[in-house]
Amino acid sequence: MTKKYSKLEAINLDAYYGDFHALKGINIAMEEKAVTAFIGPSGCGKSTFLRTFNRMNDYIDGFRIEGQILLDGRDIYEKDIRVDELRKEVGMVFQKPNPFPKSIYENVVYGLKIQGIKDKKILQEACETSLQQAAIWDEVKDKLDKSALALSGGQQQRLCIARALAIQPSVILMDEPASALDPISSAKIEELIYDLKKDYTIVIVTHNMQQAGRVSDHTAFFYMGELVEYAKTKTMFTSPKDTRTQNYITGRFG
Amino acid sequence: MTNSEKNRLKDKAFQVFGVFCTFIGLVVLAIFLIDIVIEGVARIDWDFLTSLPSRRAARAGILTAWAGTLWILVLSAIIAFPLGIAAGIYLEEYAKKTKLSNFLEINIANLAGVPSIIYGLLGLELFVRIMNLGGILLAGALTLSLLILPIVIVTTREAIKAVPRTIRDGSFALGASKWQTVWHQVLPASFGGILTGVILALSRAVGEAAPLIVIGALAYVPFVPRSPMDEFTVLPIQIFNWTSRPQAAFLTNAAAAIIILLLITFLLNGIAVYLRHRQQKKIKW
Ligand SMILES: Nc1ncnc2c1ncn2[C@@H]1O[C@H](COP(=O)(O)OP(=O)(O)OP(=O)(O)O)[C@@H](O)[C@H]1O
Ligand SMILES: [Mg+2]
Repeated sequence: MTKKYSKLEAINLDAYYGDFHALKGINIAMEEKAVTAFIGPSGCGKSTFLRTFNRMNDYIDGFRIEGQILLDGRDIYEKDIRVDELRKEVGMVFQKPNPFPKSIYENVVYGLKIQGIKDKKILQEACETSLQQAAIWDEVKDKLDKSALALSGGQQQRLCIARALAIQPSVILMDEPASALDPISSAKIEELIYDLKKDYTIVIVTHNMQQAGRVSDHTAFFYMGELVEYAKTKTMFTSPKDTRTQNYITGRFG
Repeated sequence: MTNSEKNRLKDKAFQVFGVFCTFIGLVVLAIFLIDIVIEGVARIDWDFLTSLPSRRAARAGILTAWAGTLWILVLSAIIAFPLGIAAGIYLEEYAKKTKLSNFLEINIANLAGVPSIIYGLLGLELFVRIMNLGGILLAGALTLSLLILPIVIVTTREAIKAVPRTIRDGSFALGASKWQTVWHQVLPASFGGILTGVILALSRAVGEAAPLIVIGALAYVPFVPRSPMDEFTVLPIQIFNWTSRPQAAFLTNAAAAIIILLLITFLLNGIAVYLRHRQQKKIKW
């Protein structure tokens, strides 16, 4: 089976918050079952761009886009696209772990329950599989009915990943998933990302250059709303073409 | 004296002043309570709670009054609770930030401060006359619902607002609709706060006499109401009625009834405090 080189695409994408031009003419195609990292200085539009892929910006008053976002070749901003269907396909993990104030089990099966799935057996199986995929099963298997808020930050984040996996998306968007965590939890998340890319297309925003270098196959560097450079991670980190990229990367390495 | 010494002195002075003011409030309240208890507590017995009103002070009881108060409490809760919560959810989660919603918001806040007798007049016109209900329990409960609705709406909104954005984002990102997010996440997480607000609003309604007198609640009701369509009286009206009599024995009755009314209010407030406390322990964002 050959991998798609354009699982996710942006074509001439412009995005605005009211009058503010947040993303400018972005063209990019992202490979299936690989990790693409978005890097760039604070405020350059990484999160904004990431959130266009599951239409999380829709709730922001005054936000609009021009151009196209394609998932498997299909424009996700077309009228007949149902946002809930889209989000079954494109999961998201946030910067700060945001478990629901419910039990661990209820957190994981939430996405399935709201789809109307009630069968206990299906739910329990999905719960176990997802927690195992997210490498947290062994830590929580004896306390599935305990509150998710009692877990550590790192565990909460892996629970949130499990929760996203439970609805079997093909794409997972991660916005600085490890930045609020201690180094050990952060390393666990990185390992997990490495495992998950066998089955999922992953897009990750990160401020940590070493992390981008370790986990990603491709890296996209954004600056002031523009996509400056997009290349294989190795290539970008060893021989960046644009001076802005070079300055950013080296500046970060100190 | 240096500047910082001066500031420290001012600080001290204000502290003393603050303690003094708090003290005044507490002392006045304590004197009032002690006075009432001394006057009335001996009058409270089983007969007092279970007797119908009477022209003779020694035989009069508050059965019809507290039964009416309970009826009003329950009916008002049933009416105001769903309406207030629905309005709160709409304003907080659905309403677009337009001039109209702004206008609504400001006016709901203002309504919470309108004197209760105005609500009585509104109730009189709307429920008693136009809807032709008469001075019955249902009309009274509807009137008091109007009175507490703004408070319920405001506290519902506060409670909903306290649910972090990230929880909603998490729910939406898993494919939940707005309604599913409100129903499965926002409401359960804010329910304790909403309930607290409703109960505090009810404890305000329990003490109201004026609006109910305006809509025609009776001072003398020789039977316990059996349905929302019955005529009624409530504790505050009974108290008001007794205090306006010249005989000392009726004043004792009034003091005893005030103690019962205060107990109901404290009970409601106690429940509210308990719920809030439990909610805070259960959920730490
Ligand atoms: N809701 C909003 N309304 C208006 N402007 C916004 C909004 N969200 C973001 N912006 C603006 O859009 C630009 C891009 O923001 P975005 O959050 O995408 O940056 P980012 O690259 O993710 O930054 P960071 O690394 O700090 O997370 C910023 O200039 C920001 O001020
Ligand atoms: Mg960001």
